[in-house]
Amino acid sequence: MAKLFAIVMAVITLVSVWIFVAHTWWFPTVASEHGVDMDHQFKETFIAAGFAFLVSQLGLATFVWKYADRGDNRKIRIFPGGARWLIILSLIFVGSEVFALEFVGQKVWSAMYFKKAPQDSLRVQVLGGQFAFYFRYPGPDNKFAPIHVDKIDEGTQNYFGLDKSSDEEAKDDVVTASLAVPINRPVELLLEAKDVGHAFYVRELRIQQDLVPGMEIAVHFLPTRLGKFEVVCTQLCGLGHYNMRAYVEVMTQENFDKWLADQVSQQ
Amino acid sequence: MRTTHVQYAAKAFVLAGAFAVITLHSAATLAAASGTISGTIKVDGTVPKGKAIDMSKEPSCAAKHPTPITTEQVMAGTGGNTLENVVVYISAGLQGSNFPMRTEPVTIEQNGCQYKPHMIVLQVNEDMKVVNSDQTSHNIHPMPKQNTEWNKSQPAGAPPIDAKFTTQEVGIPVKCNIHPWMRSYISVFNHPFFAVSDKDGKFTIKNVPPGTYTVSSWQETLGTQTTQVTVAAGQTAAATFTYKTR
Repeated sequence: MAKLFAIVMAVITLVSVWIFVAHTWWFPTVASEHGVDMDHQFKETFIAAGFAFLVSQLGLATFVWKYADRGDNRKIRIFPGGARWLIILSLIFVGSEVFALEFVGQKVWSAMYFKKAPQDSLRVQVLGGQFAFYFRYPGPDNKFAPIHVDKIDEGTQNYFGLDKSSDEEAKDDVVTASLAVPINRPVELLLEAKDVGHAFYVRELRIQQDLVPGMEIAVHFLPTRLGKFEVVCTQLCGLGHYNMRAYVEVMTQENFDKWLADQVSQQ
Repeated sequence: MRTTHVQYAAKAFVLAGAFAVITLHSAATLAAASGTISGTIKVDGTVPKGKAIDMSKEPSCAAKHPTPITTEQVMAGTGGNTLENVVVYISAGLQGSNFPMRTEPVTIEQNGCQYKPHMIVLQVNEDMKVVNSDQTSHNIHPMPKQNTEWNKSQPAGAPPIDAKFTTQEVGIPVKCNIHPWMRSYISVFNHPFFAVSDKDGKFTIKNVPPGTYTVSSWQETLGTQTTQVTVAAGQTAAATFTYKTR
């Protein structure tokens, strides 16, 4: 019975590691610059954890095989010193591994959040509200007009509560229901929540950020691959949370200029 | 002499016949005794074009509109100087309060993530059915000031929802909690004398008892206008409203 258990343990261990090694279900192809570092970070963590996993589980399976009860009433041998040293050693080993990964991992984190977006970034405001995302480009003046909460009217498509008759900066603001960005140019997203907590998640761009009511949260990235990617809300926000999504399209600069001009004409 | 079956039948037949004659005569008299209010909603100035609605977050609805639909705040009728979707109703002058309930069914349909029709008019306590013809869930949410506010989820394929309103109220905004661009308006009246202007800007209110009335029109952004009409039996009274746009 014990031998069977040891075999099953070994098989489960090897198969689950194989799934990662063979990339059976792997990340979608990355589409942003920091995403490459993030994926690298993941791989390093998988390798470190995977190695520790293999050694510990296969070791355990070996011990189960070798030292299982044979029913002959042999004396049980105990590891010298009891459990205390084992615990101390495992704390040191696992602890230093976690510590090391944190040092390596913070590089990616700080590059995303502690470094400011480049000065020439394309800035886009993102407003998440039950249950859709809307986007606002600042226009040639690169200024976002104030949001007048009392003027927000979804029925007339005034999602940002703009007052074009009295705010000069509002006249060139472009409000859209889809996000488009030009490839290889830095983009800064300014995330705001209209009502409750939401989140902005694009797998391919390797961005996930909560939208918190009352805060404007900046996230920046550099898109490196053309394509249309899904933006989904990943913070439960109400009965339509499952339906809350938008699309982000990374285009050539030329196509982006055409797209933006088309959006301007629809304002 | 005891009355026989034949004599009972004969009496019943005569009574039924008399009743039928009286009823038919009353109905005919009533019909002949009522008039009609008819007219056109005109607009002075240009009607702003609606803005295109981007439905990309709901692909099954976006697929129903190869050319995106536009917002419907002000809908120009044919001829360029008329308005569609304006509610017209008698606002003063009606005698009594016991008006017959209309028998035409009232349905609001969610199709292509759009409410059809855009303007719904019905009587107090008249049944309204909410139908979902889309492959996605909707959550209809009327936002009245006098009536009770409610909202109800309706998954794809769910049976129609029955709703009614208990208090007169003009222009109750209706939105969908899941699809922010959806908008329509419900107007509820104590009486059956109302209409919505059609695509030619024309409206007709039938079976109006003779009298002098204040007739009002309501447009969702341009507001309310009133006029006086006198309805005579068997005649059509004309009422025209003109809205100015900037």
